[in-house]
Amino acid sequence: MAAPPVDLKSITFAYGAGELRRAVLRDVDLTIAPGEIVLLTGPSGSGKTTLLTLIGALRAMQDGTARVLGQELSGASEAERVRLRRRIGFIFQNHNLLGFLTARQNVAMAMELDGGLNETQRLKRAGEMLEAVGLADHAEKPPSQLSGGQRQRVAVARALAGDPGLILADEPTAALDKVSGQEVVHLLRDLAKGRGVPILLVTHDPRILDIADRIVAMEDGRIVSGAQEATVGGEAA
Amino acid sequence: MNEIANPTKLLPWAPERNGEEAPAAAAKPAPALADALRLPLRLAWRQLRAEKSRLFAAMAGVMFASVLVFMQLGFRGALFDSATNLLGAMRADIFLVHPMTDASFRPEPLPRVRAYQTLADPDVELAVPLYLAQSTWRNPETGRRRAVQLIGLDAGAGAVDFPGLAGIVEALKRPDTLAFDTRSRPEFGPIGRLFAERGSFDVQLGVRRMELVGLVEIGPSFGADGNVVMSETNFRRVVERGASNTDLVAIKLRAGADRAAVRERLRALLPGDVLVLSHEELVAHERSYWENGTPIGFIFVFGSLMGLVVGMVIVYQILFSDIASHISEYATLKAMGYSNGYLARVVMGSALILAIIGFVPGLGLSWLLYDMVGKATFLPLVMYPSRAAVVFLLIFGMCAIAGMLAVRKLRDANPADMF
Repeated sequence: MAAPPVDLKSITFAYGAGELRRAVLRDVDLTIAPGEIVLLTGPSGSGKTTLLTLIGALRAMQDGTARVLGQELSGASEAERVRLRRRIGFIFQNHNLLGFLTARQNVAMAMELDGGLNETQRLKRAGEMLEAVGLADHAEKPPSQLSGGQRQRVAVARALAGDPGLILADEPTAALDKVSGQEVVHLLRDLAKGRGVPILLVTHDPRILDIADRIVAMEDGRIVSGAQEATVGGEAA
Repeated sequence: MNEIANPTKLLPWAPERNGEEAPAAAAKPAPALADALRLPLRLAWRQLRAEKSRLFAAMAGVMFASVLVFMQLGFRGALFDSATNLLGAMRADIFLVHPMTDASFRPEPLPRVRAYQTLADPDVELAVPLYLAQSTWRNPETGRRRAVQLIGLDAGAGAVDFPGLAGIVEALKRPDTLAFDTRSRPEFGPIGRLFAERGSFDVQLGVRRMELVGLVEIGPSFGADGNVVMSETNFRRVVERGASNTDLVAIKLRAGADRAAVRERLRALLPGDVLVLSHEELVAHERSYWENGTPIGFIFVFGSLMGLVVGMVIVYQILFSDIASHISEYATLKAMGYSNGYLARVVMGSALILAIIGFVPGLGLSWLLYDMVGKATFLPLVMYPSRAAVVFLLIFGMCAIAGMLAVRKLRDANPADMF
C-alpha cells in the first residue's frame, strides 16, 4: 500500500500572537486514502478552511506533521510549497477564471508550468478537459459569456487538467443554484473517481453530501466524527 | 449535456475499484527558459489587450512622456548645436581665443599680434584674425531694429567657409559692404527675397548705412538671432575699438602637418593670454558655456525628468489598477503553483509592452513636431538615432521602475485568502 496522499498528524494552528492568539486547529489527525472523496463539514469558524489551506501548502505550518503527496510540509520552504501546489488542483467558491482568456486558455493555464508539454499539446488537452465537463461548444468563449454553472465547470476542468495528485475544493457550489451545483459536484466526482484522484471538499451544502466516501465533521478546531478512514472500494456513501 | 456519457471510456481506470494504486503525481519538468519569459509576456499582452480603454490610456501616457522628453532633449540639443553654428562653420586647424572668453557672442579681446607670432612656426601657413561684435540691424520693411551678430574677417583667406561666401569675396572688399545670413530669424526682414528682387541694396547697421552685396548661410543661435559678415576694414567702420585687438584667430597649417604637435609648440611659444584650441575643443568650449554657465541646459534636463515622472506615475497607475482589479485571479494563479517571480515577470512584461507601444507613436509624433517646430523657430531640431535610442532607454527605464513599484502590490494576492 502506497503512502496515503494526505497524512496529517496532530496539526495545531493559531492566528495572532500573545494575548490575541486564537487557536483554530487543535491536534487534528486526518488521512485521506488514494482515490477517496472526503467532505469536510462543520459550522463557520470550525477551522475547515484553515485545514484546507494548510494541506494545499498555501500557508506555512506551525505544529504537527503533514505529508501531502509525499512532501513533508512541516518546515517546507516557500519554493517547495509552490512546487507542491502545482500537483494539487484547486477549486474555489468563485471560479476565479481569468476574464481576458477564453475557457480553453484558462484551462491551459494549469499546464503552462509543465515544461513537458508544448502549446499545441496544452490546448489540445484543455479542449479534451472541456469536452469532459460538457463544454466542448464553449471552449472559445470568455468566462463573461458563460453561466455560473458553466464557469465552475471550467474551473473543474482547470483543476483536473494538470493531472493533480489531489483536488482541494472550497464550497464549490456556494454560488450556484441546486441543479448546476449538483451537476458540478457529480462531474467532479466522476472525473476524480475515473482517475483515482482523491478529493477533499469543504462544504456547508447538504445537497451534495451524497458524493462523499466519507464525511468528516469539524467543530471548534477538532474533528468530531469521520476521522477514521472509511473502507474504500465499497459503495460510495 | 452536463452528464458525462461514459467516464470510463475517457478515463480508463479507477484504482479504488480495482485495487491498484493511484500513481503519485510526478513532479513535472520545469519549463524551458524561453517559455519562462515568453509565456508571462503573452499573458501580460492578453491582459492588456482585454481592456482597450485602459490600454489606450496607458499608451497615451507613455506617448506623452516620450514626446515631452524628445522635445526637451531636442531643444537642449538644438541649443547646443545652434550655439556652435558659427564656430562649427569655421574651417581652420587651430584657433586662438582669450582664456576669459566664455561664448563667441561676448568675446574677450586678445592681442592681434599673437596671430602673427604663430607664423614663426614653420608648419603654420596662415593666421587670420576674426572680429566678433553685436550691433543692431534695421528691418528694411518695418523699420524695427534687432540685435545682430557681426563677423569681421578676411573673406579671401579661406579660414572660414560659410556657404555663399566664396562668390562675394571681391564685393566684400568695397567700403561699407556686408553679407547677410539668410538663415537668420524672419524678424530681420525678408532679406533673401528682397535681394533676389532688387540685387544689392542699402541697409542700416547700427548708425551706419551699408550696402548688402550678398547672402551667406550660417544659422541663428541662442546668442544671436542673425549674422552679418563683412571685411575687417568695414567691421572697424561699424565698431570702434582698439586696432591691436582681435577676438578669435583662425590658423591654417601646411598640408601634412601634425596638428597636435603644432598645438603643443604654439602653447609653448605663446604667453598665457591666449588659449590654443583645436576646432573640436573650440566648439566644446562654447558648448560648455551653454551647458554649465547658463541654467538653460538644466531647464531642459529638468523638463525631461518631469516628463518621465509623469509618465511613470501613469504607467504605475495602470499596472497597479490592473493588479488590484485582478487580485483574486493573481491569487488563484499563485494557488495553482505560479511563483511570485512568474507573476512579477507578467507585470514587468506589461511594463515592457507599454514602453514599446507608447514609444513608437511617440517617436513618430516627435519627428513630426521636430519638423514643424524646427521650421517655426529656426532651431536645428534633428532626430538623431542616438537620441531616439537614449529616449527609448529612458522610457523603458521609466516603465521598468513603474513596474517594479506595481509588483509590490502582488504581495497582496495571498492564495490563502482565497478560501
